[in-house]
Amino acid sequence: MISFTPSEEQIVMKETLEKLVQSLIKDNAHDMDEKREIPGEFIEKFRELGTAQSPIPEEHGGYGLPSSPLMNAIILEELAAGDMGYAIASTLPSLFITALLDLGSDAQKAKYLPAFAAGECEGTLAINEPRFRFDAMMPATTAEAKGGSFVINGTKCYVPLAGKAKHILVAARSGNENGLFIVDAGTAGMAVGEKEKNLGLNTLETNTVHFTECKIPEENKLTGADGYDRLLQKTRVAMAALGTGVSRASYEYARNYAKERVQFGEPIASRQAVAFMIAEMAYEVDAMRLMTWKAASSLEAGRDAKREAYLAKLYTGEMAMKITDYGVQVLGGHGYIREHPVERYYRNGRGISCLEGLAAV
Amino acid sequence: MLNLETPDYIANLRNGINNLAKSVLRPVARKYDEEEHAYPKELDMFRGMQILGKPKKKKKEGEEKSAADSGPAKPKKGINLSTVAVIEEMCWGDAGLLLSIPNAGLGNAAIAAVATDEQMERFGNMWAAMAITEPGSGSDSGSIGTTAILEGDEWVLNGEKIFVTCADRCDCVVVWATVDKKAGKSGIKSFVVEKDRPGFKLEHLEHKLGIRASDTGTFVLDNCRIPKNNILGSAEVKQGTEGFKGVMKTFDNTRPMVASMATGIARAAVDFMREKILENGITLDYSANPNNISAIEKEFYLMEAHLEAMRLLTWRAAWMADNEQFNNTEASMSKAKAGRYGTLITQKACELLGPLGFTRDELAEKWMRDSKIMDIFEGTGQIQHLIVARNVLEMSSKELK
Repeated sequence: MISFTPSEEQIVMKETLEKLVQSLIKDNAHDMDEKREIPGEFIEKFRELGTAQSPIPEEHGGYGLPSSPLMNAIILEELAAGDMGYAIASTLPSLFITALLDLGSDAQKAKYLPAFAAGECEGTLAINEPRFRFDAMMPATTAEAKGGSFVINGTKCYVPLAGKAKHILVAARSGNENGLFIVDAGTAGMAVGEKEKNLGLNTLETNTVHFTECKIPEENKLTGADGYDRLLQKTRVAMAALGTGVSRASYEYARNYAKERVQFGEPIASRQAVAFMIAEMAYEVDAMRLMTWKAASSLEAGRDAKREAYLAKLYTGEMAMKITDYGVQVLGGHGYIREHPVERYYRNGRGISCLEGLAAV
Repeated sequence: MLNLETPDYIANLRNGINNLAKSVLRPVARKYDEEEHAYPKELDMFRGMQILGKPKKKKKEGEEKSAADSGPAKPKKGINLSTVAVIEEMCWGDAGLLLSIPNAGLGNAAIAAVATDEQMERFGNMWAAMAITEPGSGSDSGSIGTTAILEGDEWVLNGEKIFVTCADRCDCVVVWATVDKKAGKSGIKSFVVEKDRPGFKLEHLEHKLGIRASDTGTFVLDNCRIPKNNILGSAEVKQGTEGFKGVMKTFDNTRPMVASMATGIARAAVDFMREKILENGITLDYSANPNNISAIEKEFYLMEAHLEAMRLLTWRAAWMADNEQFNNTEASMSKAKAGRYGTLITQKACELLGPLGFTRDELAEKWMRDSKIMDIFEGTGQIQHLIVARNVLEMSSKELK
């Protein structure tokens, strides 16, 4: 039955994360952004909740609960409302786990999942490429089958925590189809570059990763081209959830500021020119969330969500720019100063439409 | 449990109504746009179907108790969601014709909401229009100047009402008038005025930009006398603005309906665009990065995305009403978004269609004209923004004018 109200369990998760973000992230996000790092214990604090382990089958050390795209969308929005880089870094194991659960063979699951279930392992996804007209559906990176191995060539960028990851899932073109290949850290022919310097997401360590005649065993390929499409859908919905979170943060900050900032003897919120921007921010953030939940609902029902996921990412990508722009504008000159978080939201918000595959629901 | 999948009963309802819209409304959409004010006789088949403002049936014991109703937190099937779903399909057919469905005027909704059994008996089968706006009173409906004075067993009404939908075709009009100007908003009451009452005159019909199938008119009330018991609700003037707020609360139900009208028209434009795009060999596969596709594809995807956002905001507001949640903010949000983006989507469709978007041989130009009203009536887009802003900023109407 259709319902716009989250379940008890979903509400509890949302409130738990709201508190976590309030106590840990909100006041520290500025320093984190300036120092371009997240204290390890902040990431641990979230991971202690065990959301990554939740869908791992019991036989592999997890809780064996059904994976829920809707719950994951709620989690990502809440964390991104604190800091988008934090949201991506702290949920990163889920990205790898989701891919394995959906596409991995029994042998692959048995090989990789226990270490993730124990929380001892970092894994990441390499999907973006540093080139004009990049398209996730058409990777320029190739994986060529050669006598029981795959040989990978190409360059990936914006690979989250690539320097820390034990396994990197690489999206590559193999023959006439897209595939995902597990490359272990230290494999000859793979070079992880320096931490990238980006417009936003400063708190998140991302790296460019080069593959030169990088040879991996045949069994490191995850199944099927359909699976790649499905994973892409899940990452697009996740990007939409992140976009909703960062936009919401900007909206809430601007709304509160407009009530307190006094000019001409009254709060600027009492002027329609400002108030109407706040109203638009309010309903667009809701619309972004509903678009995200709509696509997540399709995934949750096990249906193909290609169209819904695509439209959700497109919409939230456009709107994240509009809303975070409004956030800066409501604060005027103050919005341009790094003391206020709206400038950071504006930079981070740009990532939604520029990038793919930084998280999965 | 969150779930935004379209339920089967809504999907089936939409299919059924869409067939009706396709076979009955679309074929005559252009005809009644050209023949403004002619009565669309094809709509007689809808008499009694009461698509808009369906009166609440008193629940019989055990009736309508589905499994979904068994727990307090379980979502309910309700009339608001199915109504907005039906409206979208009908407006996909033709919005002006939907507004002309017999016995389904806004006045019918007002009567159904508050009428006594005796009033229901007299007015229940009439086609009731709604008269609120006056030449000097638009968005500020608390400032209306039409007066009602009780003389013995009769109310005597004086004033002028404009922009009355179904003015010519209706049987009676629900007229807003003040019984005590000094009392301000709390003095405003609504009265049922039958068309044949002396002193009640349809002055003229308007010529409009769009929704021309719908007849919009001006009434003059010149010492118009109606029976004392034609007043809807209590005649008592209470202190404060509670009574007026109650009247305004009707809008929380009707605004999502208008949002849905905008959604229906915009979808007509989007569907037509898709048809043309596919005819011309462009594939729409919802996968390539938006920076890697042609401008027309990108624009089209954006139109679709906004359309989806309009519908979701609308369905949420309606669903909340069905589940007895206060939806004042969400109702205005849906109309603010849908009113504006319905206008933008239909404009964009004409732009992308080029010459096909300017000719009256196609309906695209008509949709652009029709959709414009959705950002105006039942509260302009600006009024909706004001309501949303006051609610989210927690500011009173004095603090945020």
